[in-house]
Amino acid sequence: MITTGFIIASAIKVIVVVVAVLTGCAYATWLERKLVGHIQHRIGPNLAGPFGLLQPIADAIKLAFKEDIVPERAERVTYALAPIVAFIPAMLSFAVIPFGDTITIMGQQIDMVISDLNIGILYIFAITSLGVYGIVLAGWSSGSKYSLLGGIRSSAQMISYEIAYGLSIIGVLIIAQTLSMKELVAQQANFFDWFIFRQPLGFVLFVICAIAETNRSPFDMPEAESELVGGYHTEYSSLRFAMFFIGEYANMITVAAVVTTIFLGGWQGPLLPPVVWFCIKVFLFMAFYVWIRGTLPRVRYDQLMNLGWKVLFPLALLNVVVTALIYRL
Amino acid sequence: MDQYLSVLIFLLVGVGIVLFTFFIARLIRPHNPYKEKNQTYECAEAPVGNSWVKFNNHFYIFALIFVVFDVEAVFLFPWAVAFGQLGLFALVEMIIFIAILVFGLYYAWKKGVLKWV
Repeated sequence: MITTGFIIASAIKVIVVVVAVLTGCAYATWLERKLVGHIQHRIGPNLAGPFGLLQPIADAIKLAFKEDIVPERAERVTYALAPIVAFIPAMLSFAVIPFGDTITIMGQQIDMVISDLNIGILYIFAITSLGVYGIVLAGWSSGSKYSLLGGIRSSAQMISYEIAYGLSIIGVLIIAQTLSMKELVAQQANFFDWFIFRQPLGFVLFVICAIAETNRSPFDMPEAESELVGGYHTEYSSLRFAMFFIGEYANMITVAAVVTTIFLGGWQGPLLPPVVWFCIKVFLFMAFYVWIRGTLPRVRYDQLMNLGWKVLFPLALLNVVVTALIYRL
Repeated sequence: MDQYLSVLIFLLVGVGIVLFTFFIARLIRPHNPYKEKNQTYECAEAPVGNSWVKFNNHFYIFALIFVVFDVEAVFLFPWAVAFGQLGLFALVEMIIFIAILVFGLYYAWKKGVLKWV
């Protein structure tokens, strides 16, 4: 039944989540710069506010005041739309992530999830795959050689890892027998029931593919600065550039939240409230992301394709077959 | 259905935020284009030739293989979820299905399609 109360409750949840994710994105940039700084024996941002905490706000204001340049060779409409197409899916996949237990306010049961779709995992895969359109369209419509090559590289990379990405989760589905994120969290109530212990290979494959899917170092081919200038966003400036940037970080946060939910027990944890546990796990995974970036060099493009097709894909298939056999016999 | 309504609300809020930020930014940012500024970036030189250069057609072949194996993944999802209710027959069947695809991958591999040049 769709009631006014339901709509108001979801609207409030949506706004809270959107604000949280956007703030998360802003502070993910701060975390990245600070952490990579310390990994490289630098200080990182430290002038805007205490510990440089106001840096993301300063960056946002600076970008908003910049001129929006449309190069003369660009396809104007597609060029204008591409950042939005890249940004919206990154946000949307957060709709099915449960970030807390069901609570009761004024006699109403409220799930701490925007939408408990019974096909949650499929929804996430479907929505995150849409992100590639923003990148391809941006690369194509900029009318610049660097953008075009960056966009094409990126799409080839994303489709190469998409398959192993999808297959790595099948093992979890065989055990869990559900596609609903809420159900998945419920099945990981005990620490040793976390799917990271029951599906270790699936976890490793999923994390590697997720890093490649979000175009992060060491798989940040599409924007390899030394070869392609800025990759697909070479020609973008001002807020349109910021949209790509926020989209990338929103994707990272989404991946962190998905890994938390599927493999790390979601919001489950002792003593502290569920939402706090959820945030701690997401934060730790984001720090892991930055740690990888600060530690590993970028792979070559042929190595990247080889890894995706010749290593990860067969391993993911093997994982499916082995899991199925173990749980059947 | 009501769960999809929440997703729709999310989509509308997301689009709304983007449009709102673009609107605000349009009010406060400068606008002063001229010919040199609008030139396509090519390391400060005047751009040479068309921007839509020919690229390696290997990308296309990868896209084709992707379609084949991604459809496979689509078949695996419902099978995995219903795994508990299906009998041994479904397991054997799916292993045969995967074996055929592994053979396809092996074929592509031996043909040198997966080799990046």
